[in-house]
Amino acid sequence: MGRTLALARAEVLHVVRDKATLVQLIVVPLLQLLVLANAATFAIRRSPIYVVDMDRSSASRAITNRLAASQYFSLVGYSSSPGDANEAMLRGRVSLTLTMPHDFEQSLVREHRGTVHLDVNSEKGSAASIVQGYAIQILNQYAAELGAEIQPRDTRTGRIETVVRDWYNPTLDYRQYMVPGILVALVTIIGTLVTAQNIAREKEMGTLEQLNVTPITKSEFIAAKLMPFWVLALVDLACGLLVGYFVFGISMHGSLVLLFFAAGLYLVAALGIGLWISTLVETQQQAMFVTFFVLMIYLLMSGLFTPIDSMPGWVQLASELNPVRHFVTISRAILVKGAGLSEIVRPLGILAVYGVVVLTLAVRQYDKRSA
Amino acid sequence: MTELAIDAKELTRTFGSFTAVDHITFDVHAGEVFGFLGANGAGKTTAIRMLTGLLRPSSGSARVAGYDVATESESIKQVIGYMSQRFSLYDDLSVRENIELYGGIYDIPRAELRQRVSDVLTQLHLENAEKELVRSIPLGWKQKLAFSVALLHNPKLVFLDEPTSGVDPVTRRQFWELIYEAAHRGTTVLVTTHYMDEAEYCDRISIMVAGKIEALGTPADLKRQAGVSSVDDLFVALARSA
Amino acid sequence: MNALVGLLRKEMLHIVRDRRTLAVLILLPIVQVVLFGYSIRTDIKDVRLAIVDPTPDATTLALRARFAATGTFRTVSVLANTSALETLFQTDAAQVAIVFGPRFGEAIGRGEAAQLLVITDATEPNSGVARENYVSAVVQSFAADLPPHRGDIRIDTRIRSRFNPTRASANLFVPGLMAMVLTIVSALMTALSLTREKETGTMEALLVSPLRPWQIIVGKVAPYVVISFASVIAVLAEARLIFGVPIQGSITLLLAEGLLFILVSLALGILISARTSSQRVAMMGAMLGTMLPTQMLSGFVFPIESMPRALQIVSYIVPARWFVTIARGIMLEGVGLTYLWRETLVLAVMAAVLLAASVRSFDIRLD
Repeated sequence: MGRTLALARAEVLHVVRDKATLVQLIVVPLLQLLVLANAATFAIRRSPIYVVDMDRSSASRAITNRLAASQYFSLVGYSSSPGDANEAMLRGRVSLTLTMPHDFEQSLVREHRGTVHLDVNSEKGSAASIVQGYAIQILNQYAAELGAEIQPRDTRTGRIETVVRDWYNPTLDYRQYMVPGILVALVTIIGTLVTAQNIAREKEMGTLEQLNVTPITKSEFIAAKLMPFWVLALVDLACGLLVGYFVFGISMHGSLVLLFFAAGLYLVAALGIGLWISTLVETQQQAMFVTFFVLMIYLLMSGLFTPIDSMPGWVQLASELNPVRHFVTISRAILVKGAGLSEIVRPLGILAVYGVVVLTLAVRQYDKRSA
Repeated sequence: MTELAIDAKELTRTFGSFTAVDHITFDVHAGEVFGFLGANGAGKTTAIRMLTGLLRPSSGSARVAGYDVATESESIKQVIGYMSQRFSLYDDLSVRENIELYGGIYDIPRAELRQRVSDVLTQLHLENAEKELVRSIPLGWKQKLAFSVALLHNPKLVFLDEPTSGVDPVTRRQFWELIYEAAHRGTTVLVTTHYMDEAEYCDRISIMVAGKIEALGTPADLKRQAGVSSVDDLFVALARSA
Repeated sequence: MNALVGLLRKEMLHIVRDRRTLAVLILLPIVQVVLFGYSIRTDIKDVRLAIVDPTPDATTLALRARFAATGTFRTVSVLANTSALETLFQTDAAQVAIVFGPRFGEAIGRGEAAQLLVITDATEPNSGVARENYVSAVVQSFAADLPPHRGDIRIDTRIRSRFNPTRASANLFVPGLMAMVLTIVSALMTALSLTREKETGTMEALLVSPLRPWQIIVGKVAPYVVISFASVIAVLAEARLIFGVPIQGSITLLLAEGLLFILVSLALGILISARTSSQRVAMMGAMLGTMLPTQMLSGFVFPIESMPRALQIVSYIVPARWFVTIARGIMLEGVGLTYLWRETLVLAVMAAVLLAASVRSFDIRLD
């Protein structure tokens, strides 16, 4: 224990002495959080819409007004002929064209039926479906209100009244979803990259050899390398949470103690992976490349930005081996959904096993003696 | 018969088809200052790396302080000190922090460590520089500091790999005084060098050429056998014949 | 000219000798296409549905059967009350719940309003909304079979999907991925290779040689142009073979625009190397200065129009933003320069300015 502490203390001094590293470890992640939380959003806002109004009636104008007033759309064109709209779509300027035919209002009033055309620019895949859904919602709502206006509802007819609740994120704010994920990503990237470079750097500097002729054991060595960055990553997480809470108003429904406990377990695995990489490579540059590659796979397959449920079955299975996935699940469950220990027991258990396995691998891989 | 600090038999190390150390057999007596001589690339560092447990031997055997290098390398590490060719203390730690780091790693009790830190600082005349970062002190001081750190835990045996390369003659002189002081306290010293004048300071020397030990004995004996007046001449003669 | 050929040869040898880096350069784009292809998806399928039905009757069973018949929903749990719902949602066992009001069927039979509560896990807002839309569609089609009441007005929407009728995510990300790969190979590798020459001191030897600065630059970057180009073709071929991504427009135009973007990235790489002296710093600079903006602010993954105004303005100076628009236009919309000249012009101006600046930055170091 004494040896571990002595080496860990030196490790802390390395970090503190090197102002550039310190900035890289604390300031850069916080800046990234600020930018990413704003940029990483799939939210549909101000989606450009073009309205082709051949009817020029009060109904068509009412619908146009509703679209223009909605936060989901911004009206970029309004005309009575389809030519311009088509041009705008080809230029990539609009994501939606709504065409209302010239007998639209008349048919609504007389036959209680109207037909509109919706051209969707579906380049953006499922985002297009969401935009389309919002447009249809607005149309349906208008139809319902118009119906009530023309003829008060006959209460004697059976019907279904649907009430919708959006649990956990009632304002549909993407930051509630993204910030916990971004925090996980940042803590992971920083922790893994720094630890991966660490032993490789000592190899390059020649200082590792001096340690290797001392009686320090392999586990003491790995523990000493792990501890300082483990603490640092937790500090990063704490800073990130503060920013998330005060700047972005992120909800924290669950227990922070539980979150930090889970983070502690997770970081053993994440930093262990970094150390393992570090024992495998010879130079810092190799460490950087390998880590970059591994992190890319881990982060993309973690459900951080896109839901795991949308991935193919075999990818979902493979992602069970991804510690990032489990910690993303845990942090969202705790922060956004207010889950307690019993709800996150499974991912937590997997993380614990993962940590033990990775540390064992790192300790075994680290050889004080070259073959 | 004195106790043997190092007892190497047919020790060999190959890298692929290249034989860096070729069946060397030698011993070092306890308390001796043993000079391990050879040109660059003769295999001195490889031999030392095997003896310190940093490198697995390909064949042959060696015992260091009674322990087998192949199977008991961790026990060896308890009783040896090592100063590598490359300066290997931490640049970004201060003089004191470096000493304390290795004191901690060798499990020296706190009170004793405090005493030894101040002893080392006094001995090296670094009392006023203890807070200086190592990167900012002159090379000669760095080397002496590395040496003191290698001796911090009072090892039975210390390996010095080219400790004086690149330092000025005055510092070299001081360095050898430190080596004698350590030997006087009973520490066995194995030192490699390519300054042949330094060989004269050693009790016994070996000369390695192309992985083999070509000469072994006291400097005086070796010179007499070869009929030369200095170790330098002896070395050149051996190197030519190889 | 001989000197330039010699330099080119040397650079090629560097790249070929360094097996590990070459492997990364070749494998990275190929692996990335697969990774992005399978991970950047937001399709809604296999929705885990919990049903709370306190008083089951023929009507509720019929509606439940409707959900089961869609194939989109998988009923994971049928409960009598809502108390266990929270846990189901917190463990992610359920994503949507429908809660029938008491005596649901009776209410409809009596001609009253029957209550139906739909609860979605909106942690990820778009998925939440999309699932709601699916639930609503099922409920509406069910309600349409009930006797109609007179006041109802319906607006039928005829939907036409343009450019990407299957709405496959792969079609969306491949143009962005090309930008990403080109940035890594062109900007990052150029910056690293130039800084390495500085670190090892060989740059000085080149600078004192009779080679002109532009020749040194050409000699250093030409191999990376070739590799970048090969990567683009590999990415396109793979996207086509595995994910069936189309190229509606002219492939020649696409490759030409790719070349333009490569020039911009190379110039950025040269500029980064001019300002840095170690590979570590160059790597950081390339990551922060080119890769991150390409990933976040090009519209590659996240739609630009949803970002705050300030970030939208920043995105105008990100070359990848323009390239992604161009590549999507050519690949998915099948349009040509008539529609894309503006974006092309922006890229061309960027290329001219950055190349001039990078040659200048080289000149300055000469004296």
